Amino acid sequence: MIFWLQSFLGQKARRSLIAVLCVSLIGCASIPAGSQPSAQDPWESFNRSVFVFNEGLDDYLLKPVTTGYRYVVPSFARNGIDNFFGNYNDIYSALNQLLQGNPGIAAKGLMRVVVNTVFGLGGLIDMATPGGLPKHKADFGQTFGVWGIPSGPYVVLPFFGPSSVRDTFGTAADIQSDYLLRLLPDVGLRNSLTGLRIVNARNNFYQAGDLLDGAAIDKYSFVRDGYIQRRQYQIDQSKAGYDDDEVLPPFQNPYE
Amino acid sequence: MKIRRAFSIFTAFTAIWFINPVSAQNAPIDESTPNGLIRSIVSDVMASIKADPEIQKGNITRVVDLVEKKIVPYTDMRRTTEMSMGPNWRKATPEQQAQLIAEFKTLLIRTYSGALSQVRDQTVQYRALRAAPTDTEVIVRTVVQGRGDPIPLDYRLEKTPSGWKVYDINVLGVWLVENYRNQFTNQINQNGIDGLIAFLKERNKMLASARPSN
Repeated sequence: MIFWLQSFLGQKARRSLIAVLCVSLIGCASIPAGSQPSAQDPWESFNRSVFVFNEGLDDYLLKPVTTGYRYVVPSFARNGIDNFFGNYNDIYSALNQLLQGNPGIAAKGLMRVVVNTVFGLGGLIDMATPGGLPKHKADFGQTFGVWGIPSGPYVVLPFFGPSSVRDTFGTAADIQSDYLLRLLPDVGLRNSLTGLRIVNARNNFYQAGDLLDGAAIDKYSFVRDGYIQRRQYQIDQSKAGYDDDEVLPPFQNPYE
Repeated sequence: MKIRRAFSIFTAFTAIWFINPVSAQNAPIDESTPNGLIRSIVSDVMASIKADPEIQKGNITRVVDLVEKKIVPYTDMRRTTEMSMGPNWRKATPEQQAQLIAEFKTLLIRTYSGALSQVRDQTVQYRALRAAPTDTEVIVRTVVQGRGDPIPLDYRLEKTPSGWKVYDINVLGVWLVENYRNQFTNQINQNGIDGLIAFLKERNKMLASARPSN
């Protein structure tokens, strides 16, 4: 979902997947009656059909594979794998924090990578977090947001899930700059690592996915509204420098 | 020389790592300040979960029991429901309002109880409270640190005659009330307030019979 790449699939598989995608997109999912059009989601009908496609992909492929992964790989190894990719991602987070004008956070982020790589067995153990160097994730979409680029309409991307026009460019930049995804010379290793990374990403919200199914009345709009809120929150946090001096947003409840 | 220095940094980190875990205490709930309240509820609930192997196994009845006893008394579900309903709240009769509060409460308890049973070795960090002593609306900001990425978890509280009450929470940057607005509005536009109540009842029944995935 989060990390997908062209080279993960062979030419043929890629073509047939695109064909499946096209077929499923032609039958645009209809918006439930009575649902209020959201100003941030003018392409709702199209987005809903991609959402349905992604849900299907998750139900029939990603979730079963992740369930198998949880069965086969013991918990401590899964944590190690997650820490390894987390440590690798910290490099890009640090870079983005720098671009977002948070040099202090970026420096601490790099410290995290050094500490975890040297003392945490190449990133398998996260020693930095308990050692007082908290993680501050950042990506290019967030950086663009901090720079003042508006999010544009909400978009659901096939495979990647919820996004916006701005975050689509952000994801493209993330992928273009990703060493393990694009630049690692050994193709076999690269593909295996990417597969593992996708499964690890899905595994991280294994339980949360079920929670979402239970909590949402209409999952599509629940996920959309949550995504929009969350991205804005991340941008606001970064602009505030992650300090504790934030002012409370003015409280408003016009319904009383 | 270099190796020795590296080793001492290593031991320092290891020491911090092992000393850090929260101490479970059974102190009485501190209701005087909003951050004090959250802090004591959280440590109380976490200690109870860690002491109860049934909850850790995912026994939902036990989790619900814990939530009812240790969390619900410090929440204002009426306000949560009212704000999630938005302008539709005033269109509901008092009976409908009472039903909505009850069903929404059950839905939230059911959906979050699964997450509570996952509590193991997480620690909670409290960010400084920025509020004047006269404030009656505050946000208490925390970060839950477990395995994997840190989870920001914020609480919005109001001062009522019976003490501070939580009426909204923010998980990973998403406020609960705000995220339910469209959910409720759309359902009401489609099927009316009774339709929403019926939907929530149906969903709660389904969640009650579902096996917890663990």
